[in-house]
Amino acid sequence: MIERWLTELGATTWSVALRDSHYVWPFAESLHVLTLALFAGSAALLDLRLLGAALTRVPVTALTARLLPWTRWAFVVMVATGVLLFCATPLLYYHDLFFRLKMLLVAVAGVNVFVFHARAHRTASAWAREAQLPRSARIAAIVSLVAWGGVIVSGRLIAYNWYACDKAPLPAAVVAFTGCPVADSSRR
Amino acid sequence: MTLLALFEWMQASWLGQTVHTSRWLFPLLESAHLLALSLLGGTLLLVDLRMLGLLLPDQPIATLARGVQAWRTRSLAAMAMTGVPLLFSEAVKCYGIRAFWVKLAALPFALAFLYAVRDPAALDERMVTGSRSRWIAVASIALWFTVAAAGRWIGFSG
Repeated sequence: MIERWLTELGATTWSVALRDSHYVWPFAESLHVLTLALFAGSAALLDLRLLGAALTRVPVTALTARLLPWTRWAFVVMVATGVLLFCATPLLYYHDLFFRLKMLLVAVAGVNVFVFHARAHRTASAWAREAQLPRSARIAAIVSLVAWGGVIVSGRLIAYNWYACDKAPLPAAVVAFTGCPVADSSRR
Repeated sequence: MTLLALFEWMQASWLGQTVHTSRWLFPLLESAHLLALSLLGGTLLLVDLRMLGLLLPDQPIATLARGVQAWRTRSLAAMAMTGVPLLFSEAVKCYGIRAFWVKLAALPFALAFLYAVRDPAALDERMVTGSRSRWIAVASIALWFTVAAAGRWIGFSG
């Protein structure tokens, strides 16, 4: 059902226009990538602070109060440009190995953000000025760095179309993960 | 030796050929280049936006600048170490791309401005947000934006 809906989405005139555009798609993609500096950059700096590896003289609570709003707005830009790019070739991305991996890692990073704010950050006022922080905060920082780093890498690898459905024969595990139509991959 | 011959030599070199003929090296170097871009951009923007008075107003500019200095240096080094092999692997293609020359021309200005003007200003304990800090931050953002945007555009050209 999702596939039929995405096929229809990909056939709409504006989706076709987006995919054939000379400038709109590259501009959206450039904005998506350049916003990483603000989004992933600011998130990484908070993580490094939690690990005691950067900005050790700045209280953690100052960063979560005054830097995270920038991270959130940058995330909105990431999602908005990402959705636009997705709409150009929805079915291709839907079945792409690295796109699925990326979404999985976004979910992991999202859960980590939630857990950090629900747990470690609640007691932040007590340790915000320390250089060496509680274990739960350091674990959240490491999960965040690995997950968002993985999002960036898998996002970059989407562009190569190594495991697109028409690149059959694909390994069975890849077909299972990407949900490629079986008929398509066995026909070739 | 013409400039084109230099670029042909770069691509024919061991480094250029190793990356060019590998299926994984170019994508992995690209990914590492992007990871380094995120951190480099973050360390630059944190200080530049603070100099504009837009974030962390209760933290002194010098405290923030010093707090991210080591990671700025590391991420710049990572950019260079991944960028050079990427360039070598498709040097001849880059030679014909305008965006590449824009990036190459803007990069020395961005680096010189960073080390000669912005860092001394940001690391100065007395530096506070004012017209001087603002124009330095705007120039810094404009220079690095040019480098990054032109860099991204290389991939859309040729």
